[in-house]
Order: sequence, then structure tokens, then C-alpha cells
Amino acid sequence: MTVLLEVSNLHTEFHARAGLVRAVDGVSLKVSRGECLGVVGESGSGKSVTFSSVMGLVRSPGQVTQGAIFFDGRNLRDLSREEMRAIRGRDIAMTMQDALTALNPALTVGEQLAEVLEAHDETLPTGRTARRTAIRDRSVEMLGLVGIPSPEARLRQYPHEFSGGMRQRIMIAIALACRPKLLIADEPTTALDVTIQAQVLELISDIRARLGMAVVLITHDLGVVAEHCDRVMVMYAGQVVEEGPTDQVIGAPCHPYTRGLLASIPRPALRGQPLTPIMGQVPDLVGLPPQCRFHSRCPLAQPQCLVEVPMRDAGPGRRSRCLRLEEMA
Amino acid sequence: MTLLQVDGLSKHYEARRSLAQRLVGTPRSVVRAVNDVSLTVAKGEVLGLIGESGCGKSTLGRAILRLHEPTSGRVTFDGTDVTALAAPDLKAMRRRMQIIFQDPYASLNPRRTVAEIVGLPLALHGIASGEEARAITARVLERVGLRASQLDRYPHQFSGGQRQRIGIARALVSNPDFIVCDEPVSALDVSIQAQIIALLLELKREFGLTYLFISHDISVIGYLADRVAVMYLGEIVETGPVAEVLDNPRHPYTQSLLSAVPEVGPRRDKARVRLQGDLPSPLKPPKGCKFHTRCPLAIPACAERPPESRGVGPGHVAACHRLDGNLSLLEPVR
Ligand SMILES: Nc1ncnc2c1ncn2[C@@H]1O[C@H](COP(=O)(O)OP(=O)(O)OP(=O)(O)O)[C@@H](O)[C@H]1O
Ligand SMILES: Nc1ncnc2c1ncn2[C@@H]1O[C@H](COP(=O)(O)OP(=O)(O)O)[C@@H](O)[C@H]1O
Ligand code: SF4
Ligand code: SF4
Ligand SMILES: [Mg+2]
Ligand SMILES: [Mg+2]
Repeated sequence: MTVLLEVSNLHTEFHARAGLVRAVDGVSLKVSRGECLGVVGESGSGKSVTFSSVMGLVRSPGQVTQGAIFFDGRNLRDLSREEMRAIRGRDIAMTMQDALTALNPALTVGEQLAEVLEAHDETLPTGRTARRTAIRDRSVEMLGLVGIPSPEARLRQYPHEFSGGMRQRIMIAIALACRPKLLIADEPTTALDVTIQAQVLELISDIRARLGMAVVLITHDLGVVAEHCDRVMVMYAGQVVEEGPTDQVIGAPCHPYTRGLLASIPRPALRGQPLTPIMGQVPDLVGLPPQCRFHSRCPLAQPQCLVEVPMRDAGPGRRSRCLRLEEMA
Repeated sequence: MTLLQVDGLSKHYEARRSLAQRLVGTPRSVVRAVNDVSLTVAKGEVLGLIGESGCGKSTLGRAILRLHEPTSGRVTFDGTDVTALAAPDLKAMRRRMQIIFQDPYASLNPRRTVAEIVGLPLALHGIASGEEARAITARVLERVGLRASQLDRYPHQFSGGQRQRIGIARALVSNPDFIVCDEPVSALDVSIQAQIIALLLELKREFGLTYLFISHDISVIGYLADRVAVMYLGEIVETGPVAEVLDNPRHPYTQSLLSAVPEVGPRRDKARVRLQGDLPSPLKPPKGCKFHTRCPLAIPACAERPPESRGVGPGHVAACHRLDGNLSLLEPVR
């Protein structure tokens, strides 16, 4: 499989009142064509900022300060605003965590779909009436694709007239309207109920298989990753701490944080046994010392860990940011 | 011994009408948030209540405590008819029945210190005041994993997990017998969730508590509940011992809920049931069985008559017209 997206050593910072927040601190990752990469981590670990950086959507007081973002052979950081705008929507599309605020409340769903198609779809006819009909047909097709009943009528409705699950699906329809090569779905189902979540995830998998699209699925639910992603990367406090093929990472994690996360999930099989939660809480990202960021909560921590820890090879296709990874097997 | 018994409890809200609707005389529409619910909780037991967003879980929890006045039905707690109690007796009863709220951000008064928030029930029930109250408050705070030195801080100075600990301390301070835990961990990150669940189980053992534990997370319920009740659009569709319901769900809704849960662990060939369509609006619930608009097993009768609850195993009850045929949406791959 060829690499579609390659991010290396990405740094994104925010100038907050409390000080400099290193929200993304040296993140590197790859996504191959047609692949599904899962991104997990607790809230504030930098998942959304990493991919907003890829999309060129980080706004002041935030700034990408370092790193390269190669997509389809081009470094996105070298592109102009115009060129970046053309890539967004056409080549890479991102659905936001909160569908209600991400959709424009003042425009109907049909108008929002038309806007995206107008901007990016080069296959549309040029004659006015033909163009309008083509846009309408495509819009109806897209809403149908994401399972919205009676799409013609629904095109005339505003976002607040839909349920949470339908809004997520509408955002996915808009994201998919131009058949992007990469879909970044930021917690597409966190706000949804399990039965609706299952519908939305199935839909994304389905379209991925049909269009050969690559998907980045941001979530904090390891169960979702286990069922839908080929590979997974785990983030903690602005850094990637572990990555590898999903079944290997979940079956035999080689970072204490991943292991702790897995042991934290209550499930029927653990009935009667005590959970072993990770103690303490995520460190404040302001003014972090250059040392293993998991140190304060890590059951394996040693004085030697008080140094900056790089990503290290942990077997074929696997990496971990831990000095003691060899002992974790 | 039964500690809590709920009989035919309903809570209906009148939906607000727009000005235009009032002008043209559109009749008030009623949300049947909780409809004719009956259940029992034994002393020392954890009853898990699961269901999708908006199905009426919180409303049921609050109606049981009369934080929202029930529209009809009866709640009996330790032999006393709570629904018949007048204000002073109800207040005394509240000391024994507490609640931990869903949202650790909205449920704590931002202008009160932790000492005031946690100590309020002590003053309210005349249990203690002044230095004594402060000492009790400090002790409870330490028991839930916070520090006595944090007594004079305000809620915004705490993380989500810590706020939930404050909420737990507030529920615990009056030394109750029964606590409604309304999704106490849903708003928290996985690692913090596990800390709070472990704490709630410790406290239950230590103080002999009884919980009604509300959650939309079946894994959590499967881990900690003794029995489970499954709710759909204001009604309980299935109840039973947790192992029984999770391993042998009989209601098609329970079956689809279980098959939708993504699981960590070896991918097994799980039968998939994908429901079509969204949860119907509670303003216009479907007639007959409320699940018939999404149910893959629905037959014409389902749209006409609501099904009766029937025993399907020891302590296991379900409400569905098609229980006889032993039909299952979950194929025997399991
Ligand atoms: N004060 C109120 N006035 C009118 N309708 C209400 C009120 N409170 C709740 N409802 C309605 O009652 C139904 C049940 O709501 P409830 O909060 O009990 O659901 P829930 O199961 O706890 O959902 P969630 O999982 O989202 O917390 C919903 O349709 C809701 O819109
Ligand atoms: N606009 C902003 N201003 C200041 N800090 C921000 C902003 N957006 C995000 N951050 C900070 O960046 C970090 C990572 O945030 P985010 O990527 O949203 O986390 P996640 O998506 O993993 O929950 C957090 O510490 C967050 O507070
Ligand atoms: S480097 Fe040390 S402190 Fe960090 S995760 Fe590994 S063992 Fe724990
Ligand atoms: S009564 Fe009918 S519609 Fe309702 S759950 Fe049973 S089969 Fe489905
Ligand atoms: Mg995010
Ligand atoms: Mg609720």
C-alpha cells in the first residue's frame, strides 16, 4: 500500500493566558491509501489539534511551528491559503466532533451540500439549469447514501430540524460529496447512542470499502477501534505514545499507558474483580519538563525515566515511547 | 428484602407550544417521559438501568426521589409510601435517598465552596453544624479521594473527575441507604471513569449502600450491576439478573442494543443487528409496541396492541408479542 498522508515531527502550540500550551509535540504518523487509522487518547491529548493542523485549520492563538505534512506527494505546509482551500473538501475532508456547531445553522442542508459541490466538483455541467439539476441530483444521492429517508424533502430543512445521529450523517454526506481520498472523522459517534453509533460507523466502513477512501477515526473508545481500524495510534499529553496494528496493540500493548487504558475498561468478563484504574490525572500541558509525560502515573516508572523518551521500535510496524517496553511482553 | 418498590410510575411533561401554535389553538402535547414503570430494588443490590438518550432514565430516577413530582404511580421505600409523604416527612426521607448527577459541571453551584456544597445536607437535615459539620465534611471528602485542604475551593478549580467526587461526597454525607447514580461516569475519560466506578463499589461495600445505577453503557452495567432493567421510550421492556439478560436477552430491543456495543478483545463473529431509523419522537410515540417502527421482528399485531410483560426465566421478564417462538435476532454464532 502506498502512503497517502505522512506527518513528521509536527508541533502545534497555543499561546494561552496560563502560558505556552504544546498541544501537539513532535507527532509523526502515516496513513496508507484505503487504510483506516484509529486515533485514541483522553480528552486534551491533542487528537483534534493534530488533525486540524493537517487540515490547515488551526487559528490564532494557535500555530503550527514545526514539521512536515506530506499529502499525495506535496508538503501541505508549503501551500498557499487558496491551494489549501482547494484540497480541503476535494482531497481531504474532516467531520467535526460537534455536528450542530460545525454545520451552518442559517443554511439548509441542501444549500450546504450545493456550496461544497460548487466549490470542488469539476464534473458538473456548465449550463445554469443543467448545473442546478446536477447539484440537486448529487445532493439527493449523498443524503440517500448516508441513509436519510425522503432526501428530496430533507434538503430544504435546517440542521436543528434533525436528530443528533442524522446531523452526524449529514456532516458525513457533506464530507463525502466530493469523494475525498482521505476522510478524517473526529469523534463522529461520541455524542450518539450505541444503536445509532453502529449505524454511522457501519456507513463509514461501507463507503470506505466502496470508494477506496482512507479514514482517520478519532475516538476515545477502544471498542470502536477494535472493530473498525486496521492500525491504531495512542496519544497522551500531546505525543504519540504507541502505534501498531490494532489487534497487536490491543492484544499485547507495549506502553504502560495503553495497558492501563485497557485495564480500565469495565466489562462483564471482569465482574467481581477489582478494576485497576490509572491513578492520578493527565498533566497540565503548560510548562511540561522534558521527561516521559506518563511518569507521574506510570506503575513502571523509574528514576531513569526522567529524560525525554523518543519513539522506539517495538517489533514489525510497532513503535512505543517507553524505556521499558522490552519488559512489557 | 425489598428496599425500594416502584409501582406504575409515570411522569408526563407538557411540551411548550410556540406562540403561533397557541394562537391557532394547537392542543398541548404531552411527553410521556416515563410511562407506567414498575420495578423493585433489594437492599444491598445494584439495579442497572440502561437505555438510549432521552428514553427517560433521568426522569425516572428523579421521579423516584420526587425531585420531579410523579404524574401517577407509587414509590415505596423501606415500607413507607414516599409518594404520599407531606413536605416535612419527605425531607426526612431524602436524608436516606440521595442522587449523584449526570453532569459534574452543571450539578455543582459555581458560587459555593466545596465545604458549603458537601455540607449542605448536614445543615438541611439538622445533622450537624459549625465545626462539627466541617469535620464531617472533611472526613467524607478524604474518603472520596480529595483533600481536606481543598474544602474552601470552588468547583471550577477541579477537573471533571474531581467534581464527580464532590458530587459523590455530597450524596454520601447524610449517611443514606440508597443512591440514584445518574450516569456518574458518562462525562469522564476512560481512566477517570474506572477510578470513580472503583470508588462507588468500595463505598457500597463499606456503607452497605443500595444503588439504582443509570447508564447507557452496557459494559459498565455488565460489570457492576446485579440486575438490569432496559428502558425504551419511557417504558421498561426487559428486566432480569444481569448475567441472564446479557447472555440470553429476550426482547428484540435488548438484543439489538447488545449487538451494537463495540467490544475490545478478540473479534468474535458476533451477529449484527443494525436497526434502521432513529429513535421516534417522544411527543409522538408509536402506537402498540413502541419499538415496532424499528423492530426487525415486528408483525402487524405489534402496531395495534402494546405487549404485556411476561416471565421468561427466573426473575427475568420481557414485554414483547413474539416471545413464544424463541425467535432471536442474535444468531447462534455466539
Ligand atoms: N423538564 C422537562 N420538560 C419537558 N420535557 C422533558 C423535561 N425533562 C425531560 N424531558 C423529556 O423527557 C424525555 C426523557 O428525558 P430524560 O432526561 O429522562 O432522558 P434520559 O434517558 O436520562 O436521557 P440521557 O441519556 O440523554 O440523559 C425526553 O424526551 C426529554 O426531552
Ligand atoms: N483554541 C485553543 N486555545 C488554547 N488551547 C487550545 C485550543 N484548542 C485546543 N487547545 C489545547 O490543546 C490541547 C489538545 O486539545 P485537543 O486536540 O482538542 O484534544 P483532544 O481532541 O485530544 O481532546 C488541550 O490542552 C487544549 O486545551
Ligand atoms: S518511560 Fe518509564 S515512566 Fe515512561 S512509560 Fe515507560 S516505564 Fe513508564
Ligand atoms: S412486540 Fe413486536 S415490535 Fe415490539 S419488540 Fe416484540 S416483535 Fe418487536
Ligand atoms: Mg477532540
Ligand atoms: Mg439522563
